[in-house]
Amino acid sequence: MSPKPDAVDIGPILARYPCEEGQASLMGLLQDIQEEHGYLPVQALERVSAHLKVPIANIHGVVSFYAQFSLVPRGMHIIKMCMGTACHIRGGQGVLEEIRSVLAIRDRETTADRLFTLEVVRCLGTCFLAPVIMIDEKYYGSLTPAKVRKILAGYRDGK
Amino acid sequence: MKRNLTRLAGAGALEALRADLARRRDPRRLRVRICMTGCRAQGAEEVLKAFEAEIARRGLGERVDLLATGCHGFCAQAPVLVVDPHDFFYGKVTPADVSEIVESSLLADRPVERLLYTDPASGVKVQKAAEVPFYKEQVKIVLRNCGLIDPRDIRQYIERDGYAAAAKALTSLSPEQVIEQVSLAGLRGRGGAGFPTGRKWSLARASQSAVKYLVCNADEGDPGAFMDRAVLEGDPHSVLEGMILAAYAIGATEGVVYVRAEYPIAVEHLKIAIADAQALGLLGSDILGTGFCFNIKIRKGSGAFVCGEETALMASIEGRRGMPRPRPPFPAQSGIWGRPTCINNVETLANIPPILLKGGAWYSGIGTEKSKGTKVFALAGKVNNTGLVEVPMGIPLRKVVFDIGGGIPEGLAFKAVQTGGPSGGCIPRAFLDQPVDYESLAAVGSIMGSGGMIVADERTCVVDFSRFFLEFIQEESCGKCVPCRIGTKRMLEILEDICAGRGRAEDLDTLQELASAIKDTALCGLGQTAPNPVLTTMKYFGEEYRAHIAEGKCPALVCKSLIRYDILADKCTGCMACLKACPADAVTGEKKKVHEIHQDKCIKCGACHAACRFDAITIT
Repeated sequence: MSPKPDAVDIGPILARYPCEEGQASLMGLLQDIQEEHGYLPVQALERVSAHLKVPIANIHGVVSFYAQFSLVPRGMHIIKMCMGTACHIRGGQGVLEEIRSVLAIRDRETTADRLFTLEVVRCLGTCFLAPVIMIDEKYYGSLTPAKVRKILAGYRDGK
Repeated sequence: MKRNLTRLAGAGALEALRADLARRRDPRRLRVRICMTGCRAQGAEEVLKAFEAEIARRGLGERVDLLATGCHGFCAQAPVLVVDPHDFFYGKVTPADVSEIVESSLLADRPVERLLYTDPASGVKVQKAAEVPFYKEQVKIVLRNCGLIDPRDIRQYIERDGYAAAAKALTSLSPEQVIEQVSLAGLRGRGGAGFPTGRKWSLARASQSAVKYLVCNADEGDPGAFMDRAVLEGDPHSVLEGMILAAYAIGATEGVVYVRAEYPIAVEHLKIAIADAQALGLLGSDILGTGFCFNIKIRKGSGAFVCGEETALMASIEGRRGMPRPRPPFPAQSGIWGRPTCINNVETLANIPPILLKGGAWYSGIGTEKSKGTKVFALAGKVNNTGLVEVPMGIPLRKVVFDIGGGIPEGLAFKAVQTGGPSGGCIPRAFLDQPVDYESLAAVGSIMGSGGMIVADERTCVVDFSRFFLEFIQEESCGKCVPCRIGTKRMLEILEDICAGRGRAEDLDTLQELASAIKDTALCGLGQTAPNPVLTTMKYFGEEYRAHIAEGKCPALVCKSLIRYDILADKCTGCMACLKACPADAVTGEKKKVHEIHQDKCIKCGACHAACRFDAITIT
């Protein structure tokens, strides 16, 4: 998942998707690239365009439509801040503001040290933990601004 | 997981396998069922590991089955587990509790008292899961296997009558007879709109085409709803079997599950389920030797709420931007790649196998005149027993929120319940005794939706709540039609103004006008229903809007621009806790002297209020 330089090798991924399938394969392909490389490098998209014979503008249209795709490298840890309904009424906004102020980034931005990327998402489906964040694959629930500050500090200290 | 699955030659072989599995089941056998889906977020994996270690250490491997199950429903108690055959129910279990559970419950048949659920109403400890008030009123059809079986083991599904409905239909019913049973059942789509499933299938059946698609809509995007996630994670085969039956009924050969990418466990369990069903000859070509062919593929969504709308979902499956298109043509006539397509929701499909097995008449005996069967609700927000609840249609709202949901935390007052998420409405206290069904919810301005039920207490500001939903809609609007793209933006701006104390007297009329125009003219369901939260809150909580606008007050003390924090001189001890907690340096004072909050610096974050141990800080 760690971000790599732009020259990523997506050959093995392309091989899994027959070029005849065209645009039908696009989403799966983009998801695989992002999963393996952490984001969608422009060079990779150009190769996808040539492979599937789908215009690059068309691919950009798809990439920019879906919230999960990123055109820029992301941080080592992805913080998913849930702003679903339950999290909202149980104080999610305060937690979000705390994350923003501690890390000095906004939604979909990455810290200068590339340690964290913040992504505000709509419902993680774990409303019993509200307000909840997910850092990579780990959930942190029933948060308060003070608790989230501690959690972030823990990651900063390399815990 | 062991996998030596051999292809079943026919319905008889499936029945023989089931009989064999049942014969080997010892009802007195010790079994620990741990939720290994939703509860993972609260440390269930560590508890499972502790059990594995403890069972190995004591050499109990031969005597005890350890089951990693799906959701038990009572998420507020996570991680939860049940010890069979005693049915002991334990909540909030930690790895440190495990050796005591093994010692008492597995070796001595005694419950661990301190881990039992305490009924807050009576203060009595409840031993058995079946007696926990949260479960008492529930009727489980959709969630029949969730929490009971390991979803990664197809044999456990088969043992509990799994694939028996598919075998019955494929060998002894015509597609028309299958549709007839589903129509007789009165099942309506559980994704939100409540369209009769039987009729949907008839329309798709009537379309002539060599290729037809059957899509399972698992793009559960409604914030606050998580029942589809629980079914996919906890009982994926029930959805696959529902898909097989639907495909047989409409004549589809290709199936697609369009699942949210935010649900990795659901995707993992679906993949295992599909592979196992293929290995047993329950999916693929010549299913159970009947000549019927049906394949299922998984397509992952990429985070777009609008893709729950069926035409947008189809665009996404085709690899395009998920934008809706006008209907007609309806998907049943022209769907994916121009082929007839039928789209059913996860919960709808999970209802199908029991309906075929027990008959449509059985199903239509549950529920109300126009809303049949059960509905799964995701209970969340300001309610004690957050979790998944399956109840018969028509149950009074009060029963769900108070008897099952356990009421409001911290002794606060109930204010409203929001059903149907951003498309639904806010239902006030006056309607608590209303039955919960499609018609009754529509009558009060809300919708059933996918079954999200968010409870709001007196500290929830309905204006802020509506603003929240519109912000959501604005972010998720695909931008194709003007009413949704710009209309909801104008509504959001007005609500932001009201919350910020800039509301004007004419705002409420403007909101009404915009709302009705958007309802009438938006392209798809997302836009057409977007004004519902605003309309219902204006209707039932009009005085709260007026307090914001006319008096500059937020009665629930939520809207930051309209509240202020102050220190009560007679209660402040000068402990400096608030001073230290304030991130804006807005509190000044010396030790053991009354502190002061400087309003010009205060950012209204509430940190001082949370830090004060002497109730010395007021919000007005």
